[in-house]
Amino acid sequence: MTFVVKPRTHHPRLPLNDLGLTRRDYEGSVSTLCAGCGHDSVSAAIVQACAELSLPPHRFAKVSGIGCSSKTPSYFLNKSHGFNSVHGRMPSVMTGANLANRDLHFIGVSGDGDSASIGMGQFAHIMRRRINMLYIVDNNGTYGLTKGQFSATNDKGSTSKKGAPNLYEPIDLVTMAMQIGASFVARSFSGDKQQLVPLIKAGLKHKGMAFIDVVSPCVAFNNHQGSTKSYEHIRQHTKNVVDADYIPVHQEITADYRPGTREDVNMPDGTTLKLYKLDENYDVHDRVGALNYIQRRQESGEVVTGLLYVDPEAADCHEIMDTVQRPLNELNEPELCPGQDKLDLINDSFR
Amino acid sequence: MQPTKIHDPDYFHKVVDCQWACPAHTPVPEYIRLIAQERYSEAYMLNWDSNVFPGVLGRTCDRPCEPACRRVRTEEKPVAICRLKRVAADNKGDISDYLPRVPKVKNGKKIALIGAGPASLAVARDLLPLGYEVHLFEKDPVGGGMMRSQIPSFRLPESVLNEEVDQILNMGVECHFGHEISSMKAMLEQNFDAYFIGTGAPRGRDLELPGRAEVDDQIHIGIDWLSSVAFGHIERIEGKVIVMGGGNTAMDCCRTSLRLGADSVSVVVRSAFEVMKASEWEKEDAMREGIPIINNRPPKEYVHENGKLKGVLFECVEPVKGENGRLTYVPTGEPDVLIEADHILMAIGQDNHCPWIERDLGLEFDKWDCPVLDEVTFQSTHPKVFFGGDSAFGPENIIWASAHAHQAAISIHLFCQGKDLKQDRPPRGVNLLSTKMGVHEWAYDAEHDASVRNLVPLVEQQTALADVKVEVELGFDPALAAAEAQRCLNCDVQTVFTEKLCIECDACVDICPMDSISFVNNADESQLRLRLSAPALNTEQDLYVSTDLPTGRVMVKDEDVCLHCGLCAERCPTNAWDMQRSIVHVPQLGSFAE
Repeated sequence: MTFVVKPRTHHPRLPLNDLGLTRRDYEGSVSTLCAGCGHDSVSAAIVQACAELSLPPHRFAKVSGIGCSSKTPSYFLNKSHGFNSVHGRMPSVMTGANLANRDLHFIGVSGDGDSASIGMGQFAHIMRRRINMLYIVDNNGTYGLTKGQFSATNDKGSTSKKGAPNLYEPIDLVTMAMQIGASFVARSFSGDKQQLVPLIKAGLKHKGMAFIDVVSPCVAFNNHQGSTKSYEHIRQHTKNVVDADYIPVHQEITADYRPGTREDVNMPDGTTLKLYKLDENYDVHDRVGALNYIQRRQESGEVVTGLLYVDPEAADCHEIMDTVQRPLNELNEPELCPGQDKLDLINDSFR
Repeated sequence: MQPTKIHDPDYFHKVVDCQWACPAHTPVPEYIRLIAQERYSEAYMLNWDSNVFPGVLGRTCDRPCEPACRRVRTEEKPVAICRLKRVAADNKGDISDYLPRVPKVKNGKKIALIGAGPASLAVARDLLPLGYEVHLFEKDPVGGGMMRSQIPSFRLPESVLNEEVDQILNMGVECHFGHEISSMKAMLEQNFDAYFIGTGAPRGRDLELPGRAEVDDQIHIGIDWLSSVAFGHIERIEGKVIVMGGGNTAMDCCRTSLRLGADSVSVVVRSAFEVMKASEWEKEDAMREGIPIINNRPPKEYVHENGKLKGVLFECVEPVKGENGRLTYVPTGEPDVLIEADHILMAIGQDNHCPWIERDLGLEFDKWDCPVLDEVTFQSTHPKVFFGGDSAFGPENIIWASAHAHQAAISIHLFCQGKDLKQDRPPRGVNLLSTKMGVHEWAYDAEHDASVRNLVPLVEQQTALADVKVEVELGFDPALAAAEAQRCLNCDVQTVFTEKLCIECDACVDICPMDSISFVNNADESQLRLRLSAPALNTEQDLYVSTDLPTGRVMVKDEDVCLHCGLCAERCPTNAWDMQRSIVHVPQLGSFAE
């Protein structure tokens, strides 16, 4: 936690984006999390991604539940809408917000406790419904706010700070999300912004449910020898299979020299998602194959990262429900209550 | 790049831009903190120790520190360092207990100082506490040199000057005032153990143009005229005055003329406004008093009628930037202009001039009539004779005189002990001291204050122009001084990085408001500079590079615009970053800081 106020003064040559804003205009208040918390890096990555995409900060809604992770929306996008909801209930609030105003950009931030324990049911159903949003889980495998008990994503055999092993199987949110409907699924690491920022950009631009599981070490309670979610362990055990990069419509795709086989995925809005396959055996469009691959690697102790599954054509909740294009919150009373005649018509259709 | 050697005394010294730029290396941030704490006497003594004349310099310094101030790069205007120095001098208490003790039993060595200007006085101050017997020879009846003769009292009140000159004289200098030295040979025959010459650059330049001889009475050499004003020989100047020249002497001449009764004063400069030698603020001061500065007018002729000066004829030119970026001047084609004048003050430069030093003493002079000196030791080609101040390398200013004097004093001390002036010279050093006081407490005010530079209050103009002895600037009061002190970035509190503690969590990268920190793969400097989160384009500022970290990357910090706000250290979970005060030791005789 910091008491020194972060100066507004910034680097004299900080670049401006298309809106004339600097990255600093996308920041929030100074974090009150522990020094070195991975979550702060995730917030910084969100700030960078939103700034680079030149998205207007006031057209965002950020929603969270309870926990260290769920405090973080205060630390980015100060100018946006926000709702800090009940523990595990971010998906419900998010669903409502998204239905009311489909034109906003939605970022939900949750943690492993918030999503994989108390909010497990909510998590499952928002994935199913494919709400058009970016769902980020800051996953540190521990209950940091209550002093470091194992969370449901903690690996079996991983030890607590005092050395006691975890006896239960972990919940893997990535494979769950893939199984039950998310159309964009990725895993990353808070300590690798080169990978994380492009994933957040792609996730924000993806139409439908974009889920990113970010391994984000807890420096206070889960960064020791024996932890499988420490900075050191993750750096040694990640296997990056597909790097992503998001290319806006007006930007020409030029030659690049990044490692991996390149694949350009055309997004429905005319933008391009560039993928760099780092493992030839991995197919980002093959859901079942990907699930197998991830689980095999998991068995051998590897943490598969990168863009793991994407279906750019999948319908989102509004499409599935065939709602009007105009946000519901903009409809006026006559449109929302069209009168007895219309009601009679609807009732007749059920007879 | 190779890992940075932070224990090199110069590395962190360079980060303290003001101190590095100061010829005497005054520890600026440290004394500004003392002022903020209202410890004016201590702030004064810290200055006195390194620059010898804080009260004088707080009003008149050429302030190389201010353009160097980091705030020029992070915002716009530097901290008003010079004004703050004056605050320390104005508000100090009794400092007598702080002054160095001079031993009653002398060490048996006799030193002669020629000229009682800032350089000689500073040498005296450095040598006296070591037991030297110091003899000071001066042609004028009082000490102070150009500080007295060339700086008008509306910028530097006599009382301030007297206090600081007397402080040194009272340490036990054997004064020989009103004693003009006419032969160096005779001096050498008196067999002092060493001689220090600090006679300044006493010859003001003249300008030979048609008509010069006919109007000799109405043309005055600027520095001589100022000196006559200072010693009360001239009390009035009447009619129209032209000041020729664009340096600080020209500014002093025009402002003095205005106060001595001139009907009108104008400054006419051969070159463009931007390239004038006068300091920015001295030009502003003159213009504020309504004195026109007329640029791009090279003089052609002194126009006279019946043996009386009528004015000066000037050509009209305009500056053109050449390919090398330098200005050349081409005629505009306008007809020449006559500017009427009853008096001309010539302020177009000054030169070294030592006619009293015989040229057969083994003491060599170069073609500009400057002595041939060793740039480190200030020793001339005559081993017993040392130079400093303007007489060494030509006209500079007081702060350089103090800096020269410290080095010359070290040389004289080594010389008198029979030691080697270079090999036995004490080295510079640096100490680092953590400022961490608790979990979130630092021994300095880390919080960044973005407020703009405070203006110094002035005396009402009517009052100022009525009397040459009324000081124009009132100085900061303690409240303004405290506000201005908060603007200092504490650049001497260094960001020190310990590789083996770093877990590469990126917390410092994320929190740094200035994008100064990056973790990247190493490369050579030119490439590395472009690889950082904000490209480090200011190559005058160093990169701080760590050894290899576990991921194979290195930490690179661009020192350029760091605010020293301490957020990297606040956010670091392992104390790999620490804010440590660097104390630079610049060797100096008799310094209590050593």
